[in-house]
Amino acid sequence: MALSFDLPFAFAPYRLSGTVYGVLMNHRAALAALGEAAHQPPYKAPPKAPVLYVKPRNTLVTPGAALRIDDPAGELEVGAALGIVIGRSACRVAESEAMDFVAGYVIVADCSLPHDSYFRPAIRFKARDASCAIGPKVVARADVADPDALGVRVLVDGRPVHAASTGGTFRGVARLVSDVSEFMTLAPGDLLLAGVAPGSPRVRAGASLAIEVDGLGRLETRVVAAELAGR
Amino acid sequence: MKRARVAFAGALHDATPGTAPGTLRLADGRVVAEEDVVWLAPFEVGTIIALGLNYADHAKELAFSAQDEPLVFLKGPGSVVGHRGRTRRPADATFMHYECELAVVIGKPARKASRAAAMSHVAGYTVANDYAIRDYLENWYRPNLRVKNRDGGTVLGPWLVDAADFASPPQLDLRTFVNGRLMQQGNTRDLIFDVPFLIEYLSAFMTLSPGDVILTGTPEGVSNVAVGDEVACEIEGIGRLVNTIAGDAEFGR
Repeated sequence: MALSFDLPFAFAPYRLSGTVYGVLMNHRAALAALGEAAHQPPYKAPPKAPVLYVKPRNTLVTPGAALRIDDPAGELEVGAALGIVIGRSACRVAESEAMDFVAGYVIVADCSLPHDSYFRPAIRFKARDASCAIGPKVVARADVADPDALGVRVLVDGRPVHAASTGGTFRGVARLVSDVSEFMTLAPGDLLLAGVAPGSPRVRAGASLAIEVDGLGRLETRVVAAELAGR
Repeated sequence: MKRARVAFAGALHDATPGTAPGTLRLADGRVVAEEDVVWLAPFEVGTIIALGLNYADHAKELAFSAQDEPLVFLKGPGSVVGHRGRTRRPADATFMHYECELAVVIGKPARKASRAAAMSHVAGYTVANDYAIRDYLENWYRPNLRVKNRDGGTVLGPWLVDAADFASPPQLDLRTFVNGRLMQQGNTRDLIFDVPFLIEYLSAFMTLSPGDVILTGTPEGVSNVAVGDEVACEIEGIGRLVNTIAGDAEFGR
């Protein structure tokens, strides 16, 4: 099974719940890349409230394990995201107090099959087995001065292929936690991904992948075709 | 066989129906009245997979045409409440509605299950009420989580009933009553994408694990609910799931 039952304990003393939410189009540049299309059908208007998606437990892989792709000739789109680790139950928290509910941060490689429509929940593209790598460690909130100004770099086979920042978002970490908690309670150990910059790189089976985020270290993994993974 | 999970006298318990009506038998031997327990979801809930527009009459009601692929969305565990729970209706909502659905609970891991083998992965069934607040619909990953993944928005229970007790796939009447008045009805034989299809379709790209649950969609007859309404979703042979609509004040808002 894709879900390792080690996952909750892989980041001790932090404990993950296994619940992971991502947010669509939180980077201003990601929405801008859609241009006028964001105002046309089927969307009709840019998002107002945070648009979330779930990365279910079958997608999660522990540090050191590989990402999987079913189609040996296909590509995975790599969303390099800041993972916000929730520290205590957050329900309707004010933006000014939201950081008190954050335990720390971790790097997340949120991978999908490339898709160009965001109208319907893209479950077949985003909820695939072993498509979400988390690691290498949770860094305490106090050790990250400004989570909304961290450099994010993606390397494929050792070569830099994408550089972005956790900044330039519609909602920074505090505002995101606050706005999401208005309609759904976030529980201790839940991960809330703070969004993905536009231009996500793509990888194929056989690639080695690294994501670096300032102050959070380097998440290293590889992409394996499902057959080679013995599945 | 029917099973429930309840809280009673300071602990969680597995329970089965007692011999006397209105009673539950806890695993430790105690027999208690149904009103004296707090009902939880009847199994440990894993990934919650939900279907939209999966009955032709309901799709028509919402003015959608036939789809070539199921409309699937996911929900988080924080949205779950059990039988006799309370679900908040925000004061600014103008259209909040129930959705009575057959919930299919996975019992054995399924990866690339064939249609023929699909039903062997099912542990049992329960009743789901998958609330939506249409005021918050946006056309991004629609239905978006603000509509569908609210606290208390996924009501499950009261019982998990063994799949072996039903035809495979089951053909069962669904009914929703609001304050005792019949508002919604249908039968699971009218699902556009039936249970074996859904297990085959989903397990082709995501491994289903024990405790994962598929909410198979709702028939026509959704209507607006108000604070204080009692909403009862019934599925023949599975159970009657009761929920009450609460106001903001109860939640300190």
